[in-house]
Amino acid sequence: MRLPDLLQYAERSLRGAPARSLLMLLAMSIGVASVILLTALGEGARRYVIGEFERLGTDLLIMLPGRNETTGGPPPLFGETPRDLTIDDALALLRHPSIERIAPVSIGNSPVSFGSREREVTIIGSTSDFFPIRHIAVAIGRALPQMPAERQLNLAVLGWRLKKELFGNQRALGTWVRIADRRFRVIGVLDPAGESLGLDLGDMAVIPVASAQALFDNPSLFRVLIQARSKEEIETARKAALETIRWRHDGEDDVTLITQDAMLSTFDRILRALTLAVAGIAGISLAVAGILIMNVMLVAVSQRISEIGLLKALGGSESQVMRLFLTEAVMLAGSGALLGLLLALVGMQLLNRLFTDFALIPPLWAAPAAVGVALATGLVFGVMPARRAARLDPVQALARH
Amino acid sequence: MIELEHVERDFWVGDETVHALADVSLQIPPGDYLSVMGPSGSGKSTLLNVLGLLDRPTRGSYRLEGIETTTLSEEQRAALRRQRIGFVFQAFHLIPRLTAAENIALPMVLAGIPPGKREQRVAEVLQSLNLSDRAGHRPDQLSGGQRQRVAIGRAIVMQPALLLADEPTGNLDQHSGQEVIALLEQLNADGITLVIVTHDARIGQRAHHRVHMLDGHIHSDEQDHAPA
Repeated sequence: MRLPDLLQYAERSLRGAPARSLLMLLAMSIGVASVILLTALGEGARRYVIGEFERLGTDLLIMLPGRNETTGGPPPLFGETPRDLTIDDALALLRHPSIERIAPVSIGNSPVSFGSREREVTIIGSTSDFFPIRHIAVAIGRALPQMPAERQLNLAVLGWRLKKELFGNQRALGTWVRIADRRFRVIGVLDPAGESLGLDLGDMAVIPVASAQALFDNPSLFRVLIQARSKEEIETARKAALETIRWRHDGEDDVTLITQDAMLSTFDRILRALTLAVAGIAGISLAVAGILIMNVMLVAVSQRISEIGLLKALGGSESQVMRLFLTEAVMLAGSGALLGLLLALVGMQLLNRLFTDFALIPPLWAAPAAVGVALATGLVFGVMPARRAARLDPVQALARH
Repeated sequence: MIELEHVERDFWVGDETVHALADVSLQIPPGDYLSVMGPSGSGKSTLLNVLGLLDRPTRGSYRLEGIETTTLSEEQRAALRRQRIGFVFQAFHLIPRLTAAENIALPMVLAGIPPGKREQRVAEVLQSLNLSDRAGHRPDQLSGGQRQRVAIGRAIVMQPALLLADEPTGNLDQHSGQEVIALLEQLNADGITLVIVTHDARIGQRAHHRVHMLDGHIHSDEQDHAPA
């Protein structure tokens, strides 16, 4: 039998039972579409997170006090408390040419009040360089001024939601707010558009780092943000920073340095795994569609017994009859897959229109994998019904009217 | 053309063995017009299925045009059916979603004959059956007699040597039945070997070579004149 004839015959017998064929098409297309859409969601999330990180700059190093990696060997005999990471430590880093700028960060929670209104928010103590390093913009007023980091100055930049809740539509600039038991003058309000990963720009206030340390009575910094002069110099900067701290801390490596790249690749790995898992779950719906195809093909075989007998009487061999029914199954699966691709495309367009800042892009492998699995299930689950058809005894098949 | 020697066909129904064909020997020369008659259950349909290579004898030998068929594989038997044998059934067995022309072309499609050659041959067949104006009709748009003529067209489209008809007039009225018999006899006159299974004595008597079956045996084997 010639291939075009085979295809045409299969196509016409599928059309002969439109309700049955449409149902199967639907099942297959939903399976394929869900694989593509779900992996697109996963991939979109991955790209979103990676994008956020990259917006922060890949030339960023973050220094934490204390060692959080184990080096093996016997446990220390004497309790090893890490030395404080101080403002002086942070400033010492600036002496290296590979380090562009730093921002010491001290952090704590405290109530902020104006008049009778009070909110408990995150207080960040830092310097003027904190704003450009974290890409945070100021909507009204100005950021912290350039000044020696050790100096206490009672100035505050408020988060936009904090400002709204304390002042409503009133003017905040130049007024005094109370943070814990100290008074700070408001010099600026943060821009919500500069939303930065892991930082809620609404419920926070930024004050000079020395003031924050005095406020929380804690001489140790929470973090030091280090910006290398360029992406290429990040390794040099890392070594320089570690060396400086070791020298200042009597030869102890008691800080941890995290590169943005390390975090990036961790998140990348996690989100890729998540996408794969989601694809696997969606794949189950493809298998279900495959079983449906088998079921429907079995019904088709029993409904067309006399046709099969006839084909055999007319000289169709077992392998020909088998090929006919397999072609039908694969054709159904294939057109279901194509429909699913279309469905996924429409779905993605729709979702992309609804969520404009979160782009849904399926990974490159998603579409071919989904279609491949669909065709394979059609083939695998089509074999059983096709064999049953091929082995029918033509005499008995023709006896039924 | 056809030589059956001591052919037996057993069926097993539960623990019992039913001898549908018991020691059947039969010679059918080329161009013969043979009718097989007998009550239902006498084995005449089984004989037709064996002759048509749809069924295999349990014992005995069946030579078709000198070829011993009992040792052939399923694929080889299918090829022989395709090339040498045409079937006409009581229930027509036309495929409802295909037109008359497509139903007739079906054996050629299965044989892998290219479309151009197919169309030409189908047109010839339709012409000879006086069905040219019904080529695009589906079976449900045709009368019973027309349907059986389409089925005959399908049986002869591959120009087989042997035409097997199982109660070809069973589902037809008197008039259409006569037309169909006339058509089959015409084909026989043109050289095809014709075997008709029927329980209608009037149709059976028309054949030159008549076999009566009873309980799986050949009860009588009459011949009007020596075959050519």
